Amino acid sequence: MTDVSLLRGEDILRVAAVGLRTRPTRAILSALGITIGIASMVAVLGLSESSKSDLIASLDRLGTNLIVVEAGSGIGFGTGTLTETAEAMVSRIAPVQGVSAVGSVEANVYRTDLVPESRSGGISVRVTASSLLETLGATLADGRFLDGATDHLPVAVLGSVAAERLGLSAFDGSASIWLGGRWFGVIGVLDPIELAPTLDRSVLIGEDAAAALFDYDGIPDSLYVRAAPEHIDAVIAVLPATADPESPDQIEVSRPTDALEARAAAEGAFTALFLGLGLVALVVGGVGVANVMVISVLERRGEIGLRRSLGATRRHVALQFVGEALILAVAGGLAGVALGAAVTAVYAAARGWSVLVPAVAIWGGITASILIGGVAGLYPARRAARMAPTEALRSA
Amino acid sequence: MTEPVLEIAGLTKEYPGSPPVRALDGIDLTIERGEAVAIIGPSGSGKSTLLHMMGTLDRPTSGSIAIAGRNLDGLSDDELSAVRSRHIGFVFQQFHLLPGYTALDNVADGLLYRGTPLEERRRLGRTALERVGLADRARHHAEKLSGGERQRVAVARALVGRPDIILADEPTGNLDSKMSDAVIELLSDLHRVGITLVVITHEPDIAHRFARTVELRDGRVVHDRSAA
Repeated sequence: MTDVSLLRGEDILRVAAVGLRTRPTRAILSALGITIGIASMVAVLGLSESSKSDLIASLDRLGTNLIVVEAGSGIGFGTGTLTETAEAMVSRIAPVQGVSAVGSVEANVYRTDLVPESRSGGISVRVTASSLLETLGATLADGRFLDGATDHLPVAVLGSVAAERLGLSAFDGSASIWLGGRWFGVIGVLDPIELAPTLDRSVLIGEDAAAALFDYDGIPDSLYVRAAPEHIDAVIAVLPATADPESPDQIEVSRPTDALEARAAAEGAFTALFLGLGLVALVVGGVGVANVMVISVLERRGEIGLRRSLGATRRHVALQFVGEALILAVAGGLAGVALGAAVTAVYAAARGWSVLVPAVAIWGGITASILIGGVAGLYPARRAARMAPTEALRSA
Repeated sequence: MTEPVLEIAGLTKEYPGSPPVRALDGIDLTIERGEAVAIIGPSGSGKSTLLHMMGTLDRPTSGSIAIAGRNLDGLSDDELSAVRSRHIGFVFQQFHLLPGYTALDNVADGLLYRGTPLEERRRLGRTALERVGLADRARHHAEKLSGGERQRVAVARALVGRPDIILADEPTGNLDSKMSDAVIELLSDLHRVGITLVVITHEPDIAHRFARTVELRDGRVVHDRSAA
């Protein structure tokens, strides 16, 4: 007859839970470290994913095919200028879908003629045509935009920041502003334009009015260009020479969405950093579990001795303590996933992002806690298993 | 089966040191099925060491031990664990009950390492609790019981697996005299129905209630009296 000690699978789980049942407070406290580690990692991944999806959504909305052509400052050439014909020339490039020129005139803008001259508010006066609205994909908060009918009239459309500074955010359809020494009627206010923030701080007037009242020479300082997305690189390549054939190196061409993409990349770098910090927290949590369990093994020598006397093998004792560490870690990890998802939801909701907790964060968090629990339980379990039964019984 | 439950020959145990400590020095002892033996002796005489040897919790330096006709010599740690789970029941001075668990579950744990399913363990545990007169305490948590009740639960746990021998190490050491009496009365009852018992004690009053008394001194058997 060969005798063997046997511990049924479901009983392994039962004995692994003994420590949690006899010392619940300690169990919760030691699992807390893992909860914090997993929660921070899930939250970092969730927030980065949510903010990235927000960025991608704005890129989709804005379109990545807007190009800005500006009179730049080529080295040694002084300040460059565009030519009067630049708009027409650029519009002849086949993949270009729309061009709008914007110039500027030297004039200060005030709410009334009584405002001291020095309080110009940093608002610039830009000259443009009706096509700008469509090229930028901009929208009006109120009123209407410049058009053929108003081009020669002393009327203006306000950028969002300019409207705010002039106290005209709540535009009621009949306001006037003191622009370059005369009254201009306000006919509309723009929403913020994400791809052309300089226009937010501008007051826009029509070309004919600018020419008549401020001697506007018709030479723009920027062109906003929409091109077919699949040909955008080719368009960018020929734009400087098209806009100014004589000195193409004085022309600066940029894509505003590049800045948004760079922001996404920069946030990616931070995500890696915070993920690393979360990992450190997780490892510290694992060390905490191991630490508490080593103490627990010493305190439970009597129980270990009893189990050996009941016929438990060393492996049974080791399984019990590894099992206990795993239960602690997985419970802590699940709580961490829930907490991290909650943090993501609250923060993303506060920022108006769509809430996105990637599946990899959830499964990764659970897997990481299983690994951490297994590793953390190994050393205490070995100590418990190696304890001689007589020693365990004597010292208790 | 007429073979002795326990057969010890030339058993010595030395603990390393300089000079080495010889805790047991050539013990010969045979315990037949159905015997009740008290092992007495002053502290340091080797009583506990002998009990641990009998219970396969520790290995002898030399000599042989056979339990239920099976020689323990050369058995692996796992095989010794199996011998404990099948053939030996222990009762300790400190009871060693799990707090937070009911009396019944503590008793049922006596069968835990035999691979018996939980329902069966509880069914047998209930029978064992009835046998020690604590059926009405089955649902009480271990820490809610009196010292005497705890030790009777521990006896039920030792009993539940129908071992060949029950080894009790100072079972009344933590109990007042009234509770002691109850526990000793229980052990005597078990003896009367044929259970083999070895009880370590340093109290002569208790030793006198057992049919056979083995007295140890300095690791040797100095008296082996049978009251019969």
